[in-house]
Amino acid sequence: MRFHLTAEQVAIQDAVRGTLAECWGMERLHRFADGDTDFDADSWQALMALGIGALALPEADGGAGLGLLDAALVCEVAGAAAAPGPLIGQIIGAIAVANCANAATRELLPAIASGEAVVTLALEGDLVQSARAAQYFLADDGAGGLHLIEAGDGVTIEPLAATDRSRPVSRVAFGTVEAHPLYPAGDPMVQRLKDAALVLIAADSLGGAQHCTDLSVDYAKTREQFGQPIGKFQGLKHQLAQMALEVEPARALVWYAAYAWDAGLADAPRAAAMAKAHLGEVYTRTTRAAIAAHGGIGYTWEYGLNYWFRRSIHNRAWLGSPAQHRARAAVLAGW
Amino acid sequence: MDLSYGEAAEAFRKDVRGFLDSHWQPGERRGAELKEFVRTFRRAAIDRGYLYRAVPKRYGGSEQPVDVIRAQVIREEFGRARAPMEVGGNGVNMTVPTLLEQGTEEQKELFIRKTIEGDYIWGQGYSEPGSGSDLASVRTRAELSPDGTKWIINGQKIWTSQGMQSTHMFMLVRTEPDAPKHDGITYLLLDLDQPGITRRPIRQMTGEQGAHTFCEFFFDNAETPVSWQVGERGKGWYVSRTTLKHERASIGSADGLGSQFRKLVDLAKEVGRIHDPLVRDKLAEIEGRVLSHRYTSFRLFSCAAAGEDAGSVQLMMKLLLTEIGHEMALLAQDLIADHGLVEPEGAGGRGPRGVRGPNKWLDQIMGSLGNSIAGGASNIQRNIIAERGLGLPRDGAA
Repeated sequence: MRFHLTAEQVAIQDAVRGTLAECWGMERLHRFADGDTDFDADSWQALMALGIGALALPEADGGAGLGLLDAALVCEVAGAAAAPGPLIGQIIGAIAVANCANAATRELLPAIASGEAVVTLALEGDLVQSARAAQYFLADDGAGGLHLIEAGDGVTIEPLAATDRSRPVSRVAFGTVEAHPLYPAGDPMVQRLKDAALVLIAADSLGGAQHCTDLSVDYAKTREQFGQPIGKFQGLKHQLAQMALEVEPARALVWYAAYAWDAGLADAPRAAAMAKAHLGEVYTRTTRAAIAAHGGIGYTWEYGLNYWFRRSIHNRAWLGSPAQHRARAAVLAGW
Repeated sequence: MDLSYGEAAEAFRKDVRGFLDSHWQPGERRGAELKEFVRTFRRAAIDRGYLYRAVPKRYGGSEQPVDVIRAQVIREEFGRARAPMEVGGNGVNMTVPTLLEQGTEEQKELFIRKTIEGDYIWGQGYSEPGSGSDLASVRTRAELSPDGTKWIINGQKIWTSQGMQSTHMFMLVRTEPDAPKHDGITYLLLDLDQPGITRRPIRQMTGEQGAHTFCEFFFDNAETPVSWQVGERGKGWYVSRTTLKHERASIGSADGLGSQFRKLVDLAKEVGRIHDPLVRDKLAEIEGRVLSHRYTSFRLFSCAAAGEDAGSVQLMMKLLLTEIGHEMALLAQDLIADHGLVEPEGAGGRGPRGVRGPNKWLDQIMGSLGNSIAGGASNIQRNIIAERGLGLPRDGAA
């Protein structure tokens, strides 16, 4: 029986956090947010140098032999830092290619696992992160199959004024394209990969919600009004306690969904839906509460809380809203 | 992560199951006969090391090394067999742990065995009409008798669960009126069978009053020997902190919450609302919290098994459970609809309980309000989370 993090898992999170602290501070985020690119090569290379693209792959495939849980822990830290780049797409892409039966597609694995070839998700809808930087689009074909589509001729990319400034989206349309087959319609891996993506989005939301709570608590300890730190006032204290009460118990919900996926448990798809739905709500409520707890400074562009609020809008809608996943969870429970 | 308990635990589970198969066969026994059977069964379970594991053998316990996984297996198997576990109540959950940590040898000899065998039933004498969340403001006073052998107690205590059946009380009394409020309190044990004590049941909002609800106590020169004082004179506040810790640890129960949630789903089916999209959405939303609570209990359990500190999340479990209870109550109220206009047969002090329909949820709907008060009110829980968990500055009310 073990249901808390190992020292190794804590070390992985610390390493990612340390790397992001060096290459992705608020100054970089501000510059990126007002820039016109959808990808940051420096932070991407720094993260990939840690082996994140191959984290969840078996050692035989050059991976770290870890699981979705470890990938989720990485995504949690990335969410806390509002890190740019299609990290979730890359991790899912690597798992998809490593497990696929097509030998020609599998030959793409080294470049994907190393992060040299960028993979982004083009599932359910036409809005895609980091589309201009992507070499491959992990796309569904409308008939239930999954493919890896090469960037280039036949792929139309229309950059958009993205709400989430940390992971800008473009509108992507596929014409006649070169596609590497991954999984045919009806292959259980199709749903399994979508479930994995839901878990990683939930993990990103968890990290963001925790970050907003931490910022609010720190601010309440230092900001003084009426001659005392505002964190001494019970009204605010209770709001902050409520934020922590939203976030901290939800951590184990994400862990369970990832663990269930790794262990192939029967309730893994439902656990992924529950985690995606619940963390979508938690992230929305927490970012709103964080801005309220800060007062005026929280409403400024400069302070930066808006980046996490915007990211919560993205995560909530991405691959299905909380209500959609609750409806799925109800069906999966046989209600 | 790995949610299996491991081979050693599964082998142990087999032993427990074998014991239950051979010893827990209550058959058609009823009344006094059943009571005697349960008593014998508990003795056998203690001999096997299944019950009162933290209590030394010389006081009637089974004195087992701390092993949260074994303890969990025992709970699961006894639960499955519907076999009785420890007698429960304030005595086992609060008096015994406090005495084990802070009692004198004489007190341990006198009280522990009788308590775990169910002969002594303990009421809690903490709250007073003027001392609720601000417990350290208690005004019930105790003064030494002229010969210095007895404490003489005067005042009032309130909200004592099981008060009408209690044989004994553990209480906080003011013994040093001039000391700062936390340092003027002494922790006393008291025999409730004496003149000078009047008890009165309090009828609660459910309409119930009697053996299983609260009561209040009036002390008019009640007496207790000085040797029944636990810890030092004036240090009772700190003695009581042990007790509260034990109480908090015994409140959260993920299995109970999960089974209550399943009953809520059953209720939605029973009243024909399970296909209503709004009901399905609300159920799934509540379940997100129910599962968060469940997996967080796994996390706490796992940390405890590994001897690691789980951190601030421990402070959140009671409030989390309370809030989930409120959400379930609100949905249940919508689901029972008109059924809720009529109380279940015999509820609310209207006589013996009878047939119960969907309106039985009125118990949960009202009971969930009690959870936000008993064992530390929700706003006090928020103070605790903010101050001890998040490190926010204290304002003196936690």
